[in-house]
Amino acid sequence: MKKRSVFERMAEAPYLVWSAMFILAPLLFVAYFAFTDRNGSFTLENITSLSAYSNTFVMSLGFALIATAICLLIGYPLAYCMSRTSERTRNILTVLLMLPMWISLLIRTYSLMALLDNGGLVSSFLVGLGLPKLTFIGTEGAVILGMVYDFLPYMVLPIYTSMNKLDKRYLEAAADLGCNSRKTLFRVILPLTMPGIVSGVTMVFVPSISTFYISQKLGGGSFDLIGDTIERQFQNAVTYHTGAAISLVMMILIFISLAVMNKFSDGGEDIIV
Amino acid sequence: MKFLSRFYIGIIFFILYAPILVVVLFSFNASGSLSEFAGFSLYWYKDLFRNGEALQALKNSLILAVTSSLAATALGTLAAFAIARTKSRRKQKLMEGISNIPMMNPDIVTGVSMMLLFVGVGAMLRLDDTLGFWTMLLAHTTFNLPYVILSVLPKFRQMDKSLTEAALDLGCTPAQTFLRVELPSILPGVVSGLMMGFTLSLDDFVISHFVSSPDFKTLPLYIYNQTAHEVKFSMYALCTLMILAILLLLIAVNLAGSMGQGRRKGKGKGSALQKGGLTP
Repeated sequence: MKKRSVFERMAEAPYLVWSAMFILAPLLFVAYFAFTDRNGSFTLENITSLSAYSNTFVMSLGFALIATAICLLIGYPLAYCMSRTSERTRNILTVLLMLPMWISLLIRTYSLMALLDNGGLVSSFLVGLGLPKLTFIGTEGAVILGMVYDFLPYMVLPIYTSMNKLDKRYLEAAADLGCNSRKTLFRVILPLTMPGIVSGVTMVFVPSISTFYISQKLGGGSFDLIGDTIERQFQNAVTYHTGAAISLVMMILIFISLAVMNKFSDGGEDIIV
Repeated sequence: MKFLSRFYIGIIFFILYAPILVVVLFSFNASGSLSEFAGFSLYWYKDLFRNGEALQALKNSLILAVTSSLAATALGTLAAFAIARTKSRRKQKLMEGISNIPMMNPDIVTGVSMMLLFVGVGAMLRLDDTLGFWTMLLAHTTFNLPYVILSVLPKFRQMDKSLTEAALDLGCTPAQTFLRVELPSILPGVVSGLMMGFTLSLDDFVISHFVSSPDFKTLPLYIYNQTAHEVKFSMYALCTLMILAILLLLIAVNLAGSMGQGRRKGKGKGSALQKGGLTP
């Protein structure tokens, strides 16, 4: 068996080397670029200059929070309704829910843009109804709609999974003990599906706050989110250092919010993400 | 109540699919209008295939998806083997933790960080142009890895360990044991990991956007450039073809996943659910 354990030890080496080179080293490079200037000497200027972008940070945070809240408000009832259908319907709905996740987000954003475009189906439908011509592309609403549309399945799926895992006997017990349906929802179902909510919120919030193509395609270039700002810094080698600093700060903000959110779910069973 | 619930499900799924269906439908539109369907035509498909740039992007995408998913499958299968067999709980946690980093990090940060690595190392080696096919390959292999591990690891855990011991006792070398005994029983997981990697690589836009160069463009990058300012109908045709390709791949992944020891239950980390096979 001795030879075997040598083989086993060797098996992990390629993966560890690969992770060190292409997962950990890149993050160190972000930190390195964030704290150096173009000559490679240490500076805090990249970080301090970020105050110029405080509006961008606030706006992105606002957009991401609104989109996440809408996804939760739409997604939670959807997951609830889906979990109450018959098993056959449930299987079909699960597949239908997961399919869009596999289609490139770029393609889905683009198709939403086609639908909302001036002269597209939605606007000509509204004109056909005798309503005034509305412009969607380039408004805050379109950007938020894009985030909701793109990321809604990522909210529904984890909540739906924890709904399905919920032991139905808890609901019966709650009803037997005199809970009305509202009380059952708030005192039994909601706490028990909290892990699903937390991972759903994470899976919508993180891509929403860091997106750049949604705001470019649907915002018509009038909204500069953090993602757009980062993307712009990397088009020109001169601003790599600022871009690295923004990325670093965003990454830290995201990890803090994830840690805070995971605190919320401490009471629950297992966390899904 | 029941009716209300069905109505709600129906309307949300309708909204989820309407834009995609519009793109598919209008890719067959005979006219260049976004609001009127003037009759069925393959005009935009012909337009697409006349375009050399699109065909080159298709070729690039396929080469990249095949190579990166193969590389990730080889590395990921070995890694899953190591994670399943290691006795130290700490090491197991560490290895799984590392593979979660790219899943938790926003894509843009992963893309930017890899770009800085390639550019930084390139500058140290005094190379002019580091970005291109090779950097794309490294990046795609890296983001495919966790998905391969997630689909192979459960197969290793389900496997009967006495088979391995029997093979070793009967004189197989460790490598022979791996190839002849272990590999066949984890094969469904390996195949579904491979196809998942292929799909992810074909779809990826954000990470590719940062680690690519203008001389190596994949399909999503091409779509992004083409749709910068206006709607192009040949892009509808391209999107339709990509959606079709993904659908076919998913069916294949699902068939591979349900081969062998029945369907994998979505235990483990939710990431398997997030983008795992179609069976949660």
